[in-house]
Amino acid sequence: MNEPVLEAVDVAKHFAVANSVGDSSVVRAVEGASIRLEPGRITAVVGESGSGKTTLARLLARFYEPTSGQIRLDGVTVAGDGIRRSTVPKSYRKAVQLIFQDPFGSLNPLHRVRHNLERAVRLHHGRLGRTEVDRRMASLLERVSLTPASDYLDKFPHELSGGQRQRVVIARALAVEPRVLLGDEPISMLDVSIRLEMLNLLDKLRREDGLALLYITHDIASARYLCDDIVVMYAGQMVEAGPKDAVISDPQHPYTKLLVESSPDPHRTTATDRDDIFGAADELGEPPSLIDPPPGCRFHPRCPFAMEKCRTTPPPRAQLADGRWADCWLHDEGRADELTHATMTERITRKLTEEPR
Amino acid sequence: MKYNIFGNGKVAFGVILLSFFVLLAVFGPWFTGSVLGLDARANDITAIAAPPSAEHPLGTTQFGQDVLAQVIEGARGSMFVGFLGATIGTAIAVLIGVPAGYFGGTTGNFLNFLTNLFLVMPVLPLIFVLAGYLQGTGLVMIAFIIGVFGWAGGARTLRAQAMSVSNRDFVQAMRMLGESDRRLIFTEVMPHLYGWIASMFLGGLIGAVMAEAGLAFLGVSDSSAISWGTMIQAAQQQSAVLRGLWWWFVPPGLCIALVGTAAALINFGVDELANPKLRSASRRVAKRTAAVQRAALVPEGV
Amino acid sequence: MTFTQTMRGDGTAVTTASDIVLDVDGLSVEYASAGAPVRACTDVTFQLRRGEILGVVGESGSGKSTLITALTRLQRPPAVTTSGRIVFHPQSGRPGIDLVQLKPRALRSLRWTSLSIVLQSAMDALNPVMRVGEQFVDVLRVHDRSMSRTAAWAEARRLLGLVGISADRARSYPHELSGGMRQRATIALALACRPELVVMDEPTTAVDVVMQRQILAQVLRLRREFDFAVVFVTHDLSLLLELADRIAVMYAGRIVELASAQDLYRTPMHPYTRGLRDSFPPLHAPLERLEGIPGTPPDLRALPSGCPFAPRCPAVMERCHEHLPLLTPRGDRSVACHLHDEELVR
Repeated sequence: MNEPVLEAVDVAKHFAVANSVGDSSVVRAVEGASIRLEPGRITAVVGESGSGKTTLARLLARFYEPTSGQIRLDGVTVAGDGIRRSTVPKSYRKAVQLIFQDPFGSLNPLHRVRHNLERAVRLHHGRLGRTEVDRRMASLLERVSLTPASDYLDKFPHELSGGQRQRVVIARALAVEPRVLLGDEPISMLDVSIRLEMLNLLDKLRREDGLALLYITHDIASARYLCDDIVVMYAGQMVEAGPKDAVISDPQHPYTKLLVESSPDPHRTTATDRDDIFGAADELGEPPSLIDPPPGCRFHPRCPFAMEKCRTTPPPRAQLADGRWADCWLHDEGRADELTHATMTERITRKLTEEPR
Repeated sequence: MKYNIFGNGKVAFGVILLSFFVLLAVFGPWFTGSVLGLDARANDITAIAAPPSAEHPLGTTQFGQDVLAQVIEGARGSMFVGFLGATIGTAIAVLIGVPAGYFGGTTGNFLNFLTNLFLVMPVLPLIFVLAGYLQGTGLVMIAFIIGVFGWAGGARTLRAQAMSVSNRDFVQAMRMLGESDRRLIFTEVMPHLYGWIASMFLGGLIGAVMAEAGLAFLGVSDSSAISWGTMIQAAQQQSAVLRGLWWWFVPPGLCIALVGTAAALINFGVDELANPKLRSASRRVAKRTAAVQRAALVPEGV
Repeated sequence: MTFTQTMRGDGTAVTTASDIVLDVDGLSVEYASAGAPVRACTDVTFQLRRGEILGVVGESGSGKSTLITALTRLQRPPAVTTSGRIVFHPQSGRPGIDLVQLKPRALRSLRWTSLSIVLQSAMDALNPVMRVGEQFVDVLRVHDRSMSRTAAWAEARRLLGLVGISADRARSYPHELSGGMRQRATIALALACRPELVVMDEPTTAVDVVMQRQILAQVLRLRREFDFAVVFVTHDLSLLLELADRIAVMYAGRIVELASAQDLYRTPMHPYTRGLRDSFPPLHAPLERLEGIPGTPPDLRALPSGCPFAPRCPAVMERCHEHLPLLTPRGDRSVACHLHDEELVR
């Protein structure tokens, strides 16, 4: 295993929220998150909205500071300043870049592409002559397949398509020559037919430049296509991690299993008709509030396997083969094989019908 | 962002009107002096409080001074105070409002507190105190006072706008590239606020002209200067209304009103520029749509 | 089964069984602009059978959102329906009604009772100052004056129960419900008056995958019970392949292929359909490198002559740049592509 470029160790982020009456509550957006990003590897963080994945990306990008825990660059803890708005050494900004989800919002509508790229180049490369800057900008656009560069440099964002804009955003991030690229749902707002191109581009950057990539998404299928490892997040916590194919084909946490089964997969090799796919999926529950999450395991209110201790004590991390792990009491109890017996939908339906109402 | 200033009737009229007064302020006094041969300060004893005539197109004041000459001279005084006061007010509003919105946190809160302080201050009594203390209030000082006491409303708006722009993804993205706060404010945030700032300036212009008139009316003015405000004040002192000397106070009052109208009309145009949902444009759109609809529903022969 | 005769735009008579609930013929929608008008939908033709789920899939510029607003007559200027008919055939056997020509008053009586709509932002479409149950009561009593308040409230609770919202939440305000619950409540509201046709525009895009599955399961169950047809518009073809009976693929304002979900997946006839199908990486099947479709979706203001997909098409031929392919039936499917022109298909 390589040394990680960027690492989060037991990071938590709490937001203070004031409601209309003036009481303040705490949103525990992320808790106990640890992740390692290695050069040349792509790690996916998969979860639904509210799972904390965007907060995690912003913490790693030092948008704001974690409430507790450490973030290490090249093994060295980098302390930042400021709760709402982080200040970190410029070298950190050079090493770690974030791609936002919305290509329409990431570029200032009043500035041309040239301005964006030029600022990025000049910020981290000191005094450069005009020709050198132009050369670098052209080569950046080439790397993201926006050629000829002269066609794009003087355009405003509204003159570009969504896919082109996202490429410009990636080019801007690459201008500082980062070693880590964090993508917060970088393709979810793009047209379907151009998403794969973008994923292929990210893959190319990983291979050619040895970048460490973090790919955040709610779409497991795209995570499987692009990434090496998958981390699953639920209600602010990481619940499972491992190599992608192992996690998807043989999930070791009930939530992962539910997520995989609920994702559309028209390439299903087993013949199933519509009623089987959607049947009885009525009561699968919803993620909990992060202000007052359930005690013990946060998934227990929805979990058909829930035992008494799931309600009271958070589950320990079970280390499994191949570098996998899952936070679930089933492993401690030796009941992990029950996960494969039936689908989550069937189990939840069975549990609901058996329980006295 | 292209916008045809003269495509919009309201704005065109406002611009023309305001330009007229600006030209009047700049060239007027020279014009009245050399071309018309009138002097705003000369006392024509033969025509005391005389109604409009061939010799004095707008009549004379109680002191025999030609009203037309005074109005034109007054244009210079009032417009000067108007522009300077608006400039000072807008500048302070920008210097306080934009950082307040961008920074938030302690700095933002402090600046916000300052803004609120100036908003609730009793302006008029303070002006009197200040005027008395300064012993002699030239037009520059009047403009300065108006600007210093009038920036708070604009600062509040700019703070809200700056806050909203600063939270948008592109500002955050540039911040995470390593851009400094100073450059972020000037290069990324401010360009989005130009519309607001222009609108604020024009509003400030009306406000300053009217404030000057009001202050003059209350006696806070430069005794030797002539402005529309001082004219109205002098007229009031000489009971012009009771005596029916309408030619003395109507012209300056009308001028103030017209400047205000001009600035307001231009403001509509700036609003429409800043706000993509162009109001008059959608009337055009609705008309066009109706035309297409009519054409479509025509049966294609039977 | 009774039969009805309808005249098509080109003068031919078509006998349709009354199991057709919606017959769209040659629908075109334009956006009036300062320059040349932009055609968002051109010549859209399809038939919807009773109780069928028809999926409409497309990307930006496909015209699918415009189609929705045109079908439900919810267009705002500058959108104008310039030609075509949308004939609604009520179950009762009364003659078909052309929605395009319908006067607003008659349209209002059809809304909710015969035809209803669920929009993408449906969770925000609930009145924030009215209790959820009250909004049901409102709709029920407007369309059935004879219903008493008590009866309406009882029905409201029953409908909410059908989508998994417990009766005691009926008196909650929308902001007290979670996003998923609001979405389900809006769907129940759309079904309150037992419409025969429900149009859904990306109803599950804003919710997570698990909630999406729940919502669709409930819609399917309600469909079995109330027997309504669904037009389901989305960009997510992978979902439609699992959910819909037939799928219409739209590109640059036209339908380029119309076939059953099975056929579309196994043997897509139009290169765009094939490219779109292959833009969804598999979840379990072996992975291989995929390419998506090169190029960008078309700009409706500047469409190329001939087939609008020609610039991006891997199987483009000479005639594709000259002649626009029209949607032609091929068995029980339709496709608009020169690859399948009669002379070429031997």
